[in-house]
Amino acid sequence: MNKNFFQSSIKDSLFTGLIALALFGPIVGLRTVAVNEALVVQPKWLVVGLIVLACTIGRFLINIYTFKKEQRRGEPSSISKIITNFLDTKGAQIALGAVIFSVIFPFMPFADRYWMDIAIMMMTYIMLGWGLNIVIGLAGLLDLGYVAFYAVGAYSYALFAIHFGWSFWICLPLAGLFAGLFGILLGFPVLRLRGDYLAIVTLAFGEMIRILLLNWYDLTKGPDGLTGIPRPSFFGLPFKRYPDEGVETFHTFFGLEYSPMQRIIFLYYLILILALITNFFTIKIRKLPVGRAWEALREDEIACKSLGVNPRNTKLTAFAVGAMFGGFAGSFFATRQAFISPESFTFIESAIIVAIVVLGGMGSQTGVVLSTIFLIGLIEVFRDFESYRMIAFGGAMVLIMVFRPKGILATRKPTITMRKEK
Amino acid sequence: MLNISKVETFYGNIQALRGVDIKVNNGEIVALIGSNGAGKSTLLMTISGVNKAAKGTINFDNKNIENLTPHEIVNLGISQVPEGRRIFSRLTVEDNLRLGASSNNKGKNFDEDSKEVYDLFPVLRDRLTQRGGTLSGGEQQMLAIGRAMMARPKMLLLDEPSLGIAPKLVNQIFISIKNINKEKGVTVFLVEQNAKKALELADRGYVLVNGNINLEGSGKDLLNNPDVQSAYLEGGKK
Repeated sequence: MNKNFFQSSIKDSLFTGLIALALFGPIVGLRTVAVNEALVVQPKWLVVGLIVLACTIGRFLINIYTFKKEQRRGEPSSISKIITNFLDTKGAQIALGAVIFSVIFPFMPFADRYWMDIAIMMMTYIMLGWGLNIVIGLAGLLDLGYVAFYAVGAYSYALFAIHFGWSFWICLPLAGLFAGLFGILLGFPVLRLRGDYLAIVTLAFGEMIRILLLNWYDLTKGPDGLTGIPRPSFFGLPFKRYPDEGVETFHTFFGLEYSPMQRIIFLYYLILILALITNFFTIKIRKLPVGRAWEALREDEIACKSLGVNPRNTKLTAFAVGAMFGGFAGSFFATRQAFISPESFTFIESAIIVAIVVLGGMGSQTGVVLSTIFLIGLIEVFRDFESYRMIAFGGAMVLIMVFRPKGILATRKPTITMRKEK
Repeated sequence: MLNISKVETFYGNIQALRGVDIKVNNGEIVALIGSNGAGKSTLLMTISGVNKAAKGTINFDNKNIENLTPHEIVNLGISQVPEGRRIFSRLTVEDNLRLGASSNNKGKNFDEDSKEVYDLFPVLRDRLTQRGGTLSGGEQQMLAIGRAMMARPKMLLLDEPSLGIAPKLVNQIFISIKNINKEKGVTVFLVEQNAKKALELADRGYVLVNGNINLEGSGKDLLNNPDVQSAYLEGGKK
C-alpha cells in the first residue's frame, strides 16, 4: 500500500469526521432539558465525540477495504462480489428456504405477539413492494404515489364491510377492483409522461387521495377515521372469546382453548398467502405477452410502438395491476387494524415502499424481501431510540448504495432460458 | 401499395417534410437517399405513425393510414426497423423476437416464424438466451430486422440498416434484405446514407433534399445521374 494512498485516505476520513461533527453537533449534542420549568440547553459532547469518531474510523475502513483498494476501475469490491456470487448460485434455495421458514414461523418458540406483529408488518411491506415492483421494476414507471392505492383498498374494504356487512372474502376482490380502477384513473392523464414528470404527478395523486379522504367527511369520517371494521373470519368462523348465541367460533369448532394468538396467526397466514400470490403472479406474467410488453416499454418506447405494442394499454394495465395488489394489501391492513384514518397513508409510506423496491434492485423479487427485512427490521430495532430511527433508516440506505449501487440484487436473470438443442 | 402524397410533418415549429410524394409498388425495393437532416427518418416515422403528418395523405392497400396509431399500422402489415436498431438491450434475444410477434396473432405463430428468422440470420439462434445489449452492432441489426419480420409484414420499413456496422456485415445484411424481398415477397422501403449500396439494391430510388423529393428514377439511373454522383456517391466510388 503506497504512502500517497494512505495519506489521502486519512485526509478523506478526517473530512468525513468534520462533516459528522457539523451534522451531529447540533442534532445530537445540544439537548433541551426542562430544569425548574425552564428550558435549558444541555450539551452532550461525549456522545457527539463518539459518533464523530465512529464516522471517521468507519470511513477510513471503507476507504481501505473497498473504495481505493488496488484502485482497479470497474471491478466490484470484494464484499459485493461475495454477495453477488452467493445470491447467484444459491438464489433458488434461499427463496425456497425463506418460504418454508415463513410457513413454520408462527410455531417457532420465540414467535410471540411482538414478533408476529413485526412479521405481519414486514409481509405487508413485502407485498406492497412486490406490487409496486410491477409498476417500477417491470414497466419502468416511477410511481411515488403508490400509497394512494393502498388507501383506496383499505377504505373501500372498510366501507363495504361496515355499510353492507359483506365478508372479508367478498370485500377483498372488490377492494382490489376499486384500487385497480383508480390505477387506470391515474394512468390516463399520465400516459404521455415519463421519468421525473411522471414521478411528480403520481406524487400529487397520492396526496390528492389523502386530502380527499381527509375532507370527504360524510363518507370517510375525515380525520376521525373509520372504526369498527369487521375482523376477518376463518371461513365463517369468527375469532371471539365470547361468541353470540348460537354462533360457532374458531376455537369451539376445532375444540381448542381460546387464545388471541389464533387470530394473529390467521392474519399472518392471510398476508403470507396474499404476498405469495402477488409474487407468483409477477413471476408468471413476465413470461406472458403483457409482462414482456411492460419490460419492453421500460427499455424503449419508440421501438415498442414500431413493433405494434400499444403503449397506452400496456401502461394502463401496469398501473391497474400494480394498484390492484396495493388495494389487496390495503384491505388486509384495514381488517388487521380495525381502524383506519388518512394518517396511515402519508407520503412517507410511499417513500418507504419506493425505497424498498429501489434498494432491492429494481425488478428483483428477492431483492424486495431482503431490503424490506433490512429497512423495516432496522426501524423496528431502533424503536426504543425514537429520534434516531430515521437516522438509522437513512444510514441503511446509504450503506446499501455504497456497497450495492444498483440495489441489493442488481443482476436480474433473463426471463427466458432455453435448454440447449441437440 | 404505399402511396404518399403531399405529406408535411413538423417538429414543433420546424417543418421537416414539405410535401413529399412517394409511391411504392407491391414487391419492389425502393430506396430513399439524402443527406443528414433531409427528413428521411422523419418520413419513415410518419409512415409508421410515430410522428403524425400535419398535411397530406398516406395510403396503404387502399386505406388511409395517416390518422392511425402505430400499433394499428403494424397490424395492417407495415413493420419498421427503427434507426439505431433500438433493440431491448436488457431483454433476451428471444424476448425481443417474441415482442416482435406480439401483434401477429398474439404471438401464437412464434415457433413457425422464428424458424424463418433463424434461417435468415443463423447467428440469432445461437444467441437466444443472451441479452440484446451484448450482441455486436451487426447482430443487433439482424435482430432488429428479424424482430420486425416476426410480425409477418407485407411491407418492411428499414431506417439506415448500415449505420455503425462493419462493412463485411453490411454486405451480409443487404443480401438478407434482398432475400426477404425476393423469397418472402415482402415489399421493402429503405432509407440509407450509404447511397451506392442502397441504389444498387433498389428497383427504384428517390432523393430527398430539405424535405422535398428532388429526383426519382430507377436505381441504375440514379446511380449514373451526375448530380447524384457528385452529391452522394463520391465517397462511395473510391
